[in-house]
Amino acid sequence: MTTTTLVPDLPAGNRRPVRAGRPLTRVSGLGLGVAMVWFSLLVLIPLAAVVVTASEGGWDGFWRTVTNEQTAATIRLTVGTALLVTLVNIVMGTLIAWVLVRDRFFGKRALEVLIDVPFALPTIVAGLVLLSLYGPDSPLGVNIANTRIAVFLAFLFVTLPFIVRTVQPVLAELDQEAEEAAASLGASRFSTFRRIILPSLTPAIAAGAALSFARAVGEYGSLVLLSGNLPMRTEVASVRILSSIENDNPDSAAAVAVVLLAISLAVIVVLDVLQRRVMRRG
Amino acid sequence: MSIEISNVGKRFGDFVALDDVSVNIPSGRLTALLGPSGGGKSTLLRIIAGLERADTGRVEIEGVDATGLPPQKRNVGFVFQHYAAFKHLSVRRNVAFGLEIRKRSKDDIRRRVDELLALVHLEQFGDRLPAQLSGGQRQRMALARALAVEPTVLLLDEPFGALDAKVRKELRDWLRRLHDEVHVTTVFVTHDQEEALEVADEIVVINEGRVEQIGSPDDLYDRPANEFVMRFLGPVTQLGDQLVRPHDLQLSTGAGDRAGVPGRVTRVTRVGFESRVGVITDDGQAVTVTLTRNELLALGTEVGDEVRIRLAPESPTTTSTTPAQSAPVSLTKKFASAGGANLTQTS
Repeated sequence: MTTTTLVPDLPAGNRRPVRAGRPLTRVSGLGLGVAMVWFSLLVLIPLAAVVVTASEGGWDGFWRTVTNEQTAATIRLTVGTALLVTLVNIVMGTLIAWVLVRDRFFGKRALEVLIDVPFALPTIVAGLVLLSLYGPDSPLGVNIANTRIAVFLAFLFVTLPFIVRTVQPVLAELDQEAEEAAASLGASRFSTFRRIILPSLTPAIAAGAALSFARAVGEYGSLVLLSGNLPMRTEVASVRILSSIENDNPDSAAAVAVVLLAISLAVIVVLDVLQRRVMRRG
Repeated sequence: MSIEISNVGKRFGDFVALDDVSVNIPSGRLTALLGPSGGGKSTLLRIIAGLERADTGRVEIEGVDATGLPPQKRNVGFVFQHYAAFKHLSVRRNVAFGLEIRKRSKDDIRRRVDELLALVHLEQFGDRLPAQLSGGQRQRMALARALAVEPTVLLLDEPFGALDAKVRKELRDWLRRLHDEVHVTTVFVTHDQEEALEVADEIVVINEGRVEQIGSPDDLYDRPANEFVMRFLGPVTQLGDQLVRPHDLQLSTGAGDRAGVPGRVTRVTRVGFESRVGVITDDGQAVTVTLTRNELLALGTEVGDEVRIRLAPESPTTTSTTPAQSAPVSLTKKFASAGGANLTQTS
């Protein structure tokens, strides 16, 4: 791991030490085999099947399906709202993690547990909760049923824990003396946050953001009751996929699924690239 | 006077970290805050830096009242025991940090960083990340980073505490030479009396939140103000009710000699250049005497010999508060631990 530091004559650089691969032994070969079979059965083969199904109608068929006015609207709504929610989560999740790690206050333990409720709750239960709270019979007098805000709110609800939970342990492990060093070098609290703390948190934030986005794109249960699933207005991609299947149109369902798949993949890659940049810049 | 600390007190809950401490730290010198772990010396350093706020009292830096100033405004350089490196930034960027915050021009920063890297002998390591440096190199980087902003005072909190013995000794010498070059008012915290005696111009001994004594290394060693300072700064042994340094005791075997305390040699141990001779006095007190190898050879004494112990003239002594009778066991133990204390004390 540290070979480069032991060779002072080498020109210095930011290169990571390269870990030499070890040739496979019989045991590690078996391990790799099991891992690959498992991964293939659960992930690769189903994904490939979806892509194959989507391509059955040929490129034209695929293109016609996804550019269908109603389908395109669901994809736009789903991806757009998921991106927005992820942005909100980046700010709020980091803030909540910060409060949980750095501050001491009454009820902290309770909040700590409550954060995980959206994880633990079956999504349809979450949907029911949202419906009773913000539906037509809202005790708060807030009725957002059958609006896009309902979609946004449902996404927010189910994705809340992701960034909090990825950032929290990293924040807890941060070297606070580095912050004190920055302060004594004249950095304001904001500068210290931006230049010292944030770069250390970015990988965790990026990981949480990717999870949060992926979860939002596929969300169904929590919004299906409150959003009303109005075509062109509040219908999301997952609902659209389901109705395609119900109308005996698996090709169309697979086409939408492939689009979502591609977008999720792209978002994860973009987040990773961004994360590396921010880390280097400091 | 460069740093003036008056009547500073600090509590953490029920624990009194500092109890009405007043110290003046002179400009341009290298001052050590010396004391056992948990004695309050780091707290005092952090109060000077503004990283901790005193409950009571005043801190003045170069005539400016700094008591309420945040660390950003004090213009102090602070070096931490565990380096506090900015892990995601290269060595150059670490050193440049304070200058970038001060919005110096790019050329200025480059020139100054080059200078500092040369000063701390890290020229070839500028593009590395801190994780790719050894502990000693990281600490030198931290020092360059602190010096970059031309601080009024440089504060070091157990700067060599996390390093192994050999590197620690090298860096200690190097810090002394660096200070002779740079002349910035420097305060460093240590629990290692050898480090303080070797490096510092001035030592402030702090124990249980109070200042025990302030003075030059010679002052402290030769004229300890009390038993604590005497014991903390070097090995001690007890003769009668006096605490003395084992190397200030002399042995004689002459039959006609009437001066000194009579006793019998119980043990002779040679440790490198010095020999430790254990003597039981006729009153039953165990005393340790340290001789050089040549002195021991000249004396030619062996276990079982009758000897007389005398204190060399003008040697520092303090009155022991421990009763003489209980001395034998605890004293030999004390000496054994004091001899190895330089390397084994931990914070």
